[in-house]
Amino acid sequence: MPETAAQITEMIIIAIIYLGIFSVAGLFLVFMERRVAAWFQLRIGPNRVGYQGLLQTMADALKLVSKELTGTVKADKFLYNLAPYFVIISSLMALGLIPFSKSFQAFDINIGIFFLIAVSSIGVIGILLGGWASNNKYSLIGAMRSGVQTISYELSVGLSLLTMVLLTGSLQLSEMVEVQKHGWLILQGHIPAVIAFMVFMIAGTAETNRAPFDMVEAESELGAGFHTEYSGMKFAYFFLAEFINMFIIAAIATTVFFGAWLSPFGITESLPWLGIIWFLIKTFALVFLMMWFRWTFPRLRVDQLLTLEWKYLLPINLVNIVVMALIVWQKLTIQF
Amino acid sequence: MQETTTINNFKSEEYFINMGPQHPATHGVLRLLLTIDGEIIKKVEPDLGYIHRSIEKMCERDSYQQIVHLTDRMDYLSSHINNEAVCLTVEKALELEVPDRVKVIRTIIGELTRIASHCLWWGVMGMDVGALTTYFYGFRDREMINDIFEETCGARLTMNYNVPGGLMWDIHPNFVNRVKKFIVHFKTKIPEFDRLLTENIIFQKRTKGVGVLSKEDAISFGASGPVARASGYSCDVRKYHPYSALDKVTFTEALQTQGDTFARYVVRIQELWESLSIVEQLIDNIPEGEHRVATNAVIKLPKGEYYQKVETARGELGVYVVSTGTKNPYRLKFRSPGFSNLSLLNHIAVGGKIGDLVATMATLDLVIPDIDR
Repeated sequence: MPETAAQITEMIIIAIIYLGIFSVAGLFLVFMERRVAAWFQLRIGPNRVGYQGLLQTMADALKLVSKELTGTVKADKFLYNLAPYFVIISSLMALGLIPFSKSFQAFDINIGIFFLIAVSSIGVIGILLGGWASNNKYSLIGAMRSGVQTISYELSVGLSLLTMVLLTGSLQLSEMVEVQKHGWLILQGHIPAVIAFMVFMIAGTAETNRAPFDMVEAESELGAGFHTEYSGMKFAYFFLAEFINMFIIAAIATTVFFGAWLSPFGITESLPWLGIIWFLIKTFALVFLMMWFRWTFPRLRVDQLLTLEWKYLLPINLVNIVVMALIVWQKLTIQF
Repeated sequence: MQETTTINNFKSEEYFINMGPQHPATHGVLRLLLTIDGEIIKKVEPDLGYIHRSIEKMCERDSYQQIVHLTDRMDYLSSHINNEAVCLTVEKALELEVPDRVKVIRTIIGELTRIASHCLWWGVMGMDVGALTTYFYGFRDREMINDIFEETCGARLTMNYNVPGGLMWDIHPNFVNRVKKFIVHFKTKIPEFDRLLTENIIFQKRTKGVGVLSKEDAISFGASGPVARASGYSCDVRKYHPYSALDKVTFTEALQTQGDTFARYVVRIQELWESLSIVEQLIDNIPEGEHRVATNAVIKLPKGEYYQKVETARGELGVYVVSTGTKNPYRLKFRSPGFSNLSLLNHIAVGGKIGDLVATMATLDLVIPDIDR
């Protein structure tokens, strides 16, 4: 086989594997959210289909696939149909960068973390398009809120990650992980790293439009927000993308703050295949944290959302970067 | 309806949206015609009539025993208190003295109804500001009360436990025990409510200073119940015109002075404590005796006009009966608390955001069948 053909075949195989990961992870996260929510809410949750209800979301997905695709008559058909793909492609591309283990990473580029931030903000275009093209007033309000929210919180996500980049001196994800062999970055960078982590989790939750920042959907205010007019699989795209985005935010936090696939204090260094397990344990712990936010906090109001970002998170972040720069300059980091 | 304003050469156009009749925040089939400018509310116009069932007209057709059953369908969350209001009016007109046992049981069940109603309101309030978990906590405790009701009279929501002259049945032997158990249980749960929602900083930011209603406005709009009391207007019917066994108990009227959404919230939480204390005072002293005094099978009120008011979970419910001496009322008018409370929505919601409107509406605790009779 010529080299080009081999490369293309490889790409296709990897793409299919990642599509598989995408859907399985998405469906599992939906299931996890339902069980976690039930646990918070004195309920049992889905436990009938498959072992402990594991196949429940699979059944739901089948239902959504077989559903009729409806839409509004006066919708802008082209944009309306295009919107879900923007959302889903952005989260798929981001997934490719996640270092599940030392060798399990689809592409490892030298501007990794920057690419992640850039790609994950494409999703908002899909939301804006969907809200605009639906020709529904509630959708439009939801979409506009989404634009405002994502543009604002993008800054905090970027700046908090930039704080950690000061420590590693590299944007490449694999190198960022290598640095953490001397201790996770959250320990190496101590105080400013912890602040950066907290800011990242807040901004990341806002970035994925989840409660308490679910202004975009705001069930009690806007019905279903930007995806009111979507049905069947198109709705499922939005829905799955939201969960994958949550996974990606948790995975980025794991990679940047908690040493990705590295085990704590190198206890399983001789067994490198355990890396993926460690990665998933850490990621799902953070996913659980985000679910905890969602099922405990009330929703903020739009103006409070912006106040939080521009008056609190952004100044804190800027000061934090300076502090981190000083710490790196004076070599005050903790290394094991 | 649309108005164009120009600010700094930037044309902004007001935007009209329909909130309801099917909308998660209107809790039923209320339709709000909203005029908004971006996120800011310019005008709120409630549009009623989607579930109008002509209850008042039907009352003119029915006998007094039948009217009691219709009132369940008004404010379905305080059905017992509605029933009681009609029964008290009829008893007042007939100058019928009901046994003490009836009075005490009516008050206990009335206060339990109020607790159940406030539990539901608390859950929904949390849901409206985006905290979905509260809903289930509120319903957990309401469920216990509904179970007690079910055992007592067979129904959980539309109870029909009152009849003119007393109660349909005597209480179930388990009643006292279960209510006592509930009191012990619920005393540990109200602090949980506080920890989950009241003390939450986001919740406080969402509600404090939002939807402010002054005392003067509360009076002039005819507000009653927790809505008026949050503005510092002391208007508890249970205090000023005690009915049934309410003159035998001591309780303080929940009052706040800020008049904002948070104050209305706090008043209801305080009322949970007060209602619990009323039940606690009465549950050990249910006098022995008959559960009902016999009335004529066909009740004919003497010619005249009668008025009786009670405090439901939402405020003052008045029953006004004009009788010509026949077996049906000539005219029966309900003064429902929700209607007056809804009328002030435009006054307090204008200028706020859409999120504020939802939070404000939640604290008005609207039950649409009560407004749309």
